[in-house]
Amino acid sequence: MLKIDIDGCIGCGVCESTCTFGAIRVEDGHAVVGDKCTLCGSCVEACEVGALSIERTAKTVVSDLDSWSGVWVFAEFRDGRIAPVAFELLGIGRQLADQRAVPLSAVLLGAGLGEHARELIGFGADRVYQVEHQALASFTDDAYGNILADLARVHKPEIILAGATAIGRSFIPRVATMLATGLTADCTDLAIRPADGVLLQTRPAFGGNIMATIECPHTRPQMATVRPLVMKPLPFEATRQGEIVEVSPDSALLQSRVEVMESIREKGDQVNITEADILVSGGRGLESEKGFALVREVAELLGGAVAASRGAVDSGWVGYPHQVGQTGKTVCPKIYIACGISGAIQHLVGMQSSDTIVAINRDENAPIFGVATYGIVGNVFEVLPQLIERLKERRGGKAGN
Amino acid sequence: MNYFLTEEQQMIVDVARQITDEKIIPQRAELDEKEEFPTEILRAIAKADLFGLYIPEQYGGFGGGSFDMVLALEQFARGCVGIATSFAASALGAYPILISGSDELKERYMPVIARGEKWAAFGLTEANAGSDASGIQTTAVLDGDEWVLNGTKQWITNAGDAQIYSVIAITDRSKGPRGASMFVVEDTDPGFSYGVKEKKLGIRASSTRELIFKDCRIPKDRMIGRQGTGFFTVMRTLDLSRPGIASLGIGLGQAALDEAVNYAKQRVQFGRPIISFQAVQHILADMAIQLEASRALVYATSRYIDTDAKDLSKYSSMCKVMATDMAMKVTTDAVQILAGYGYMREYPVEKMMRDAKILQIYEGTNQIQRNVIGQALNKEYSRS
Amino acid sequence: MKIIVCVKQVPDAKDVRLDPKTNTMAREGVQSIMNPYDRHALEAAVQLKEQYGGTVTALTMGPPQAEETLREAVACGADDAVLVSDRAFAGADTWATSYTLAMAVRKLGDFDLIVCGKQAIDGDTAQVGPGLAQRLDIPYVAYARKIHSCTADKIRLERLMDDGYDLVEMRLPGLLTVVKEVNEPRVPSLKGKMKAKSLKATVLTAADLQADPACLGLRGSTTQVVRVFSPEFKAERCMLTGTAAEQVDQLLNKLESLL
Repeated sequence: MLKIDIDGCIGCGVCESTCTFGAIRVEDGHAVVGDKCTLCGSCVEACEVGALSIERTAKTVVSDLDSWSGVWVFAEFRDGRIAPVAFELLGIGRQLADQRAVPLSAVLLGAGLGEHARELIGFGADRVYQVEHQALASFTDDAYGNILADLARVHKPEIILAGATAIGRSFIPRVATMLATGLTADCTDLAIRPADGVLLQTRPAFGGNIMATIECPHTRPQMATVRPLVMKPLPFEATRQGEIVEVSPDSALLQSRVEVMESIREKGDQVNITEADILVSGGRGLESEKGFALVREVAELLGGAVAASRGAVDSGWVGYPHQVGQTGKTVCPKIYIACGISGAIQHLVGMQSSDTIVAINRDENAPIFGVATYGIVGNVFEVLPQLIERLKERRGGKAGN
Repeated sequence: MNYFLTEEQQMIVDVARQITDEKIIPQRAELDEKEEFPTEILRAIAKADLFGLYIPEQYGGFGGGSFDMVLALEQFARGCVGIATSFAASALGAYPILISGSDELKERYMPVIARGEKWAAFGLTEANAGSDASGIQTTAVLDGDEWVLNGTKQWITNAGDAQIYSVIAITDRSKGPRGASMFVVEDTDPGFSYGVKEKKLGIRASSTRELIFKDCRIPKDRMIGRQGTGFFTVMRTLDLSRPGIASLGIGLGQAALDEAVNYAKQRVQFGRPIISFQAVQHILADMAIQLEASRALVYATSRYIDTDAKDLSKYSSMCKVMATDMAMKVTTDAVQILAGYGYMREYPVEKMMRDAKILQIYEGTNQIQRNVIGQALNKEYSRS
Repeated sequence: MKIIVCVKQVPDAKDVRLDPKTNTMAREGVQSIMNPYDRHALEAAVQLKEQYGGTVTALTMGPPQAEETLREAVACGADDAVLVSDRAFAGADTWATSYTLAMAVRKLGDFDLIVCGKQAIDGDTAQVGPGLAQRLDIPYVAYARKIHSCTADKIRLERLMDDGYDLVEMRLPGLLTVVKEVNEPRVPSLKGKMKAKSLKATVLTAADLQADPACLGLRGSTTQVVRVFSPEFKAERCMLTGTAAEQVDQLLNKLESLL
């Protein structure tokens, strides 16, 4: 509860202007709090006379907080390979583990795991808990969740990270609930607070219009999911040493109340460009279908969707559902990369409110540069191949990929 | 402007608006281009309970009146007049049964129409009978327990997609104005078929076909009202439906004005948005004036009709003329404002202009409407 | 079938912005709407009811004005509505929210299926659905994209995966979270709106739930917000110069934090 010391309050209104949620206002000369208060504490900090406080009743803190130690990364294994996000998380995981001076481990569940655990070590893990079983061949929330939770209870890591993939976002919340601990989804930044070693988890809210930093102070493990391509993997070191621990799961843990009948792979053109976070868009400047293929490749490497100006759609290089502009769709992604698009108003009205706009065009007077955050005056046929090369490098060549 | 709608009327507007924004607007261009009947959209309208708006509660309808229909049609027309016409034409086909039909006939047809399970259509026009309705040649001859219909109706909206048709045919030519009767023909009746789908200038999502009766046999109980009351039922039907057509004009005009103003604010020429030029402002101002005046007249008229007024023909014709002439002018002006872009099929205003034309023609041409008004004035002033 | 649908009233996310200077949210013109994914959840539940018979109960945890969202749910086919509201719930994270909702569900008695939207567009965590299922000790499938069929004790459906989909069968009672592909939500019907107008939602307070105060609201949360701030405002308009390779390097550096 937000407590207001009515006598101490001078009715200055600083809290009202600080409040992000419009939950506190000055009435009859003193602050009054309404239903929208989320107890974020911004007003408490802002109040110059200390009239505001948040009553935090002493919580039952998990008493053996200090006995939880180590950073874990859940390594997703599907279709005979480890999802690249696991390697990315080992990159940030290594940083966090080093700051905490604890080991970094990976948890690998599945069937037909072969030698893949070595890849995890090569990307930075000190230890891999490998759980090989036929019942884990298909992902089920029950089996995967039971096993991860059980391992966590036994080995007590202080931090567990997982990719915010379809699988991660599905079963990690269950694991967090089973462990009675906090989980923060889709983190874009992770750091250790030096004062007390707590994990600071930063994530977007309200569709990315606001950022929030969150902590999980009283329970362990501190859990977080991270989207693919947010973190960077370390360079692969084939000679890196590490320990592989084979775990034989208790058969009771492998039971699932959901049965997977069939797994169907689909390369659908299902993407709705209005929902994509990253759009790579091509225009007439790409000159041909072959030229437009560069746009497709960049989109694929960035995990984004393909968009286009009317010129490209009319030329037949891409379908109408991808058209952005007055007679196409209006989009507002986090990143919009316009390649060979001049930026006529009919196109701009469809994308100008994107968070970050990158424009690549050989004409320095092209109107697109008027709305671009970052502009590159150059030849798309030189710039895009460079970008593709760099992105491939960044993704990290994997041993045997 | 606030027209002081009741809570229920506001609900009708909200539901119709949501359907327009979520279902009609996204599909209108494609349905127009493909000349495809809006089956799915009509199903969504049925699910929202709007097909029963004007149908009495005892038949499962909402029990609303003319004004309620006007409110719904205005929203749909803002999306697409072709789709709105398909909805309106079903009401047109149902009105004769409501106005003149026996209780038994109403029991049979009103509930399914109210649920939107079956759609209706109105069969009056023929090759030789447009403005001159008395020129109809379709005949109905009693043979034992059945009426046998022969003839062809032309340019019937919803023909081929509706299941229930209110059709007028000559039952006794010697009786002149009392020589025609209305019947309910169902799409499964023997000897009843449809002509080819017509290709039109506008409202292309709406289906227009001939109704062909070749010894079409229907049971005796399908006659709507007493024999010889056909023309009366038709006139009364059109009196009630005219505000609906007027309402299509207002919705269309509003959509055109919205496009024109938004475009003018955004289009920069000579260094400024074109809305800053007086020439453009004056065009927009005149559009807005005529639109609001039409809306006020249509609302007033339909509310008046809901009081069961006796002299509603004149006002019904007036609001139809005003709103539809306005829609033609406003949509043409909208194309002018959007200029080159307005002429391109990629932008919605050229379709709006094409759609507007029919409003001045069907359900009684605006010339016939003026006749009605003139004659009514003559009669009115003679009394005193 | 007895189906419960969890709905949430949220601000229309696309309109929400923080003024970076004052750190306040622009309040004007931000509408409250039913979380878009919950509309799909409700539609899925109502379609199941129409096909197999039964009832749909709309459930929400929120301030008193969340009742508007319950009305919308009834206007779109829900049979009744439950509002779980209490000052004590303020500041709840997904852990405390799933506790509170679980207590409410237990109070409602037996059910066959709970349907939730995949995530709320304000919090964007997608955690409450699975958390709720775990608390109730029922199975769940997240990211349902198509429901095939349902019997008294099983439901067969497709679950969206990153590379396609899985065809799965879940035992009932269970919980689903749905994605947008699952259906086209209906528009409220006129009769529905009139029913909703006279709706008296059941209101449950913390006391009604016999909830443990230590598990509610901020106190019951395992996570808490330390700081709220605006994402880096791209006030810069920056032309990158040099060779193509140099330009690309600079670009990737700039985009680093975003990718």
